Amino acid sequence: MTTVEIPLTTRKDWSSDQEVKWCPGCGDYSILAAVQMLMPDLGVRRENTVFVSGIGCAARFPYYMNTYGMHSIHGRAAAIATGLATTRPDLDVWVVGGDGDSLSIGGNHLIHALRRNVNLHILMFNNQIYGLTKGQYSPTSEEGKITKSTPFGSLDHPFNPVSLAIGAEATFVARTHDMDRAHMQETFRRAHAHKGTSFVEVYQNCNVFNDAAFEGITAKDNRAEMLIDLKHGEPILFGVDGHRGVSQRADGSLEIVEVAEVGLDAILRHDEHREDPALAFAISRLSSGPTMPTPVGVFRDVQRQEYGEAMTTQVEHAKAQKAPDLAKLLRSSGFWTVD
Amino acid sequence: MTSKHVEQLDRVVIRFAGDSGDGMQLTGDRFTAESATLGNDLATFPDYPAEIRAPAGTIAGVSAFQVAISDHEISTPGDTPNVLVAMNPAGLKANMAVMERGSTLIVNVDAFDDRALAKAGYASNPLTDGALNHFTVYEVPMTSITQEACKEAGVKPRDAERSKNFFALGLVSWLYTRPTESTLAWIHAKFGGKPQVEDANTRAFRAGYDFGETAELFDARYEVRPSTFEAGDYVNVSGNTALSWGLIAAGQLSGLEIFLGSYPITPASDILHELSKRKEFGVRTFQAEDEIAGIGTAIGAAYGGSLGVTTTSGPGLALKGEALGLAVSLELPLVVVDIQRGGPSTGLPTKTEQADLLQAMYGRHGEAPLPIVAAQSPSDCFDAAIEASRIAIKYRTPVILLSDGYLGNGTEPWRLPDISTLAPIEPNFATEPNHTKDDGTQVFWPYLRDEETLARPWAPPGLAGLEHRIGGLEKADGSGNVSYDLANHEKMVHLRAAKIAGIAKDIAPLEVDDETGDAELLVIGWGSTYGSIAAGVQRTRARGGKVAQAHLRHVNPFPANLGEVLHRYKAVLVPEMNMGQLSKMIRAEYLVDAKAFTKVQGSPFRAVEMEAAIAEMLGAL
Repeated sequence: MTTVEIPLTTRKDWSSDQEVKWCPGCGDYSILAAVQMLMPDLGVRRENTVFVSGIGCAARFPYYMNTYGMHSIHGRAAAIATGLATTRPDLDVWVVGGDGDSLSIGGNHLIHALRRNVNLHILMFNNQIYGLTKGQYSPTSEEGKITKSTPFGSLDHPFNPVSLAIGAEATFVARTHDMDRAHMQETFRRAHAHKGTSFVEVYQNCNVFNDAAFEGITAKDNRAEMLIDLKHGEPILFGVDGHRGVSQRADGSLEIVEVAEVGLDAILRHDEHREDPALAFAISRLSSGPTMPTPVGVFRDVQRQEYGEAMTTQVEHAKAQKAPDLAKLLRSSGFWTVD
Repeated sequence: MTSKHVEQLDRVVIRFAGDSGDGMQLTGDRFTAESATLGNDLATFPDYPAEIRAPAGTIAGVSAFQVAISDHEISTPGDTPNVLVAMNPAGLKANMAVMERGSTLIVNVDAFDDRALAKAGYASNPLTDGALNHFTVYEVPMTSITQEACKEAGVKPRDAERSKNFFALGLVSWLYTRPTESTLAWIHAKFGGKPQVEDANTRAFRAGYDFGETAELFDARYEVRPSTFEAGDYVNVSGNTALSWGLIAAGQLSGLEIFLGSYPITPASDILHELSKRKEFGVRTFQAEDEIAGIGTAIGAAYGGSLGVTTTSGPGLALKGEALGLAVSLELPLVVVDIQRGGPSTGLPTKTEQADLLQAMYGRHGEAPLPIVAAQSPSDCFDAAIEASRIAIKYRTPVILLSDGYLGNGTEPWRLPDISTLAPIEPNFATEPNHTKDDGTQVFWPYLRDEETLARPWAPPGLAGLEHRIGGLEKADGSGNVSYDLANHEKMVHLRAAKIAGIAKDIAPLEVDDETGDAELLVIGWGSTYGSIAAGVQRTRARGGKVAQAHLRHVNPFPANLGEVLHRYKAVLVPEMNMGQLSKMIRAEYLVDAKAFTKVQGSPFRAVEMEAAIAEMLGAL
């Protein structure tokens, strides 16, 4: 095997010369920094890296990466990236979008990308609000939310994006948040390493239209008691000194318990690699919003046939069976000759 | 063995009609194939309902297949059938409007019971009430003879009944002295895996053929001699197949892999089916979750350096509108195929129409011009697909290729091209930075245009130093960076328009067929009306009328000489299967009093209609 030298790079190499134009204080800055700083460690080349986005604040992301990139139209990034990734398996294709872009106008493309398992790393920035259109509720906004378009409170029941992704049988599903660079980078690194579609929900603060939506769980002082950091193979514990944990009831449902009351043996061990998505789904249901203890980290990481590779295999197989011959093709369903 | 007298005909039009489940399309296809091997010129018109199986025996469920066979060159499947083969009362009733007095009706008399007559809406039996007195009617017990013939093979009557279309095929094959070997071989190839079905179909086919020979019903058989064809290899091809092969050819000529993103839709799905079989050419097909994903994936593939293609029909083109605008803004090669059907909305899914021209021209927000290429006959879909691909690749632009249900499903003999003579298409990928910044660094500017074509460089990911971002936001001329500068926006709008308009320099001038050179009326069309217009023009000339004909391959931009051509004539007639969309464009562009001649009845113009419209115009000169 030949070793391909990947040139050493720094964050600067991965940053484009375009001025970043998010609102001052936006959570997107810290996500961008986390990605730009992570890229030199991933062992990939800039010219083989593509960021594809749709529309929304988050969707400006590709302009700030010194890679190939496309800022497309609302909701369609997953579809466009699917076409790119299935024809260019040599590329590292990232998809960046917000909750409106990914789950509302683009919901259909997202679930189909997830079920197909195309080689995409999807980062969904969830701020539970429409930012670029200046403050309407989004498909992840909580019920009763007062916004410009819901002065009497939103009637919509929100999506839990992680539940949705697991329901679509995504092979890699994770959650992280914009206040913890190390956690983001570790999660993105895992998403990048996964073969197939990886889906990462990133809780992201919109300080203009939905400020502090996640503060109750992501602020430094709250994290210990409010974030359940999933670690493969380990008991699911959280709280100061791990005093709380997740336990499975006899009917299979999950509950949060005091470890002192039930004992460590009663605590569920996290298994990312379980083929059956039911338990990962149950973990995702522990929290219905950022006001209660919320699991973060990798919920599910399983292997399934990657779509682009499978398509390439079919094409290569067909080429091996039959040489392409246009003249023959034109005569393939019978022909006659006039002299 | 043939004992009956054989008469020569120069041309015959046969229409097979029955229930959707009766296998009429297959029967028509086989008759066509037999005639093709005989060397007849031919044209076909499959005409079937939108429902897969509408209630049996009803008019709504009638499926028909019309084929014209000829000993000379023909351009249409014929106005009125000489022979109607009706498998049931509904098949008869649904088609009597197009049958002329004196023509021949071959009916499956077994199907004319009270119940079936009532279902078709007949108050009394037309076979006995005198309604068909002016026709030559052959009453053939197709169902019962088929059942009888299959009995020995142990086929139950109910199953044998399904083979009656092969009986009809056998009978008509005898009547028109068609060769039987190819159909027998075809039955074996198709049903060989199910011996009983093969046996039943073979027996039914032979029984039909023998019935013609032995029954005292037919006095004569007919022969349509081979047409004179230029030397070469021929196939009988449908528009959708030819179009698929044209796309594959474009892939070979350009060295690009084809990526088709498509959502199934009538009458375009056959292109998806055909291309999905051809993976050895590096064709990747992707059945998308919806029409938008169809074009979205194709755009993604185009960004990656493939020839991106998406195929659809009118409703799907509407859904693709926003993504088409993106493709105009991104300036990436893309071929969008619209096999038009009757609209608006779901409209007439299985019937033909040309009413998407203005949607193709203007169906996007903002100033978003793109080239439009139109195919004019089933076999021409091959060349049209190559031309659409050539323009897309050379000018880095989405191109809409317009065909329609009539071309897509219709067939004609096609003299296969010598593929070595097809011109290569050069993708000309960008290979290096193309701009030097003030500080001397070499950079890549994705919107630095070629001076002659105004095309931007195409730089698929993978090359170091050419990393760039593109998107739907307005871009600065040259650098391609996001720009909100208003003067730049106006400049970019003009540049995109000029690029498309400039393609006129790169397409053949419009040719006019003006036999005598002094015609005062020009008939100009686009798309599938070509055959009907040609037939109408020929009829006019045969009666001494002077008329010129021209047909547009490129609907946007128009050929550079179109204005000059139009102004040469005193009158201009534009036949279209819509409400006059091309005539509107011509009038707007050239201030010519072009008269629209329109029809939106889900079927092509008849030659007599065309002749009459031409005569009316000539009379008013």
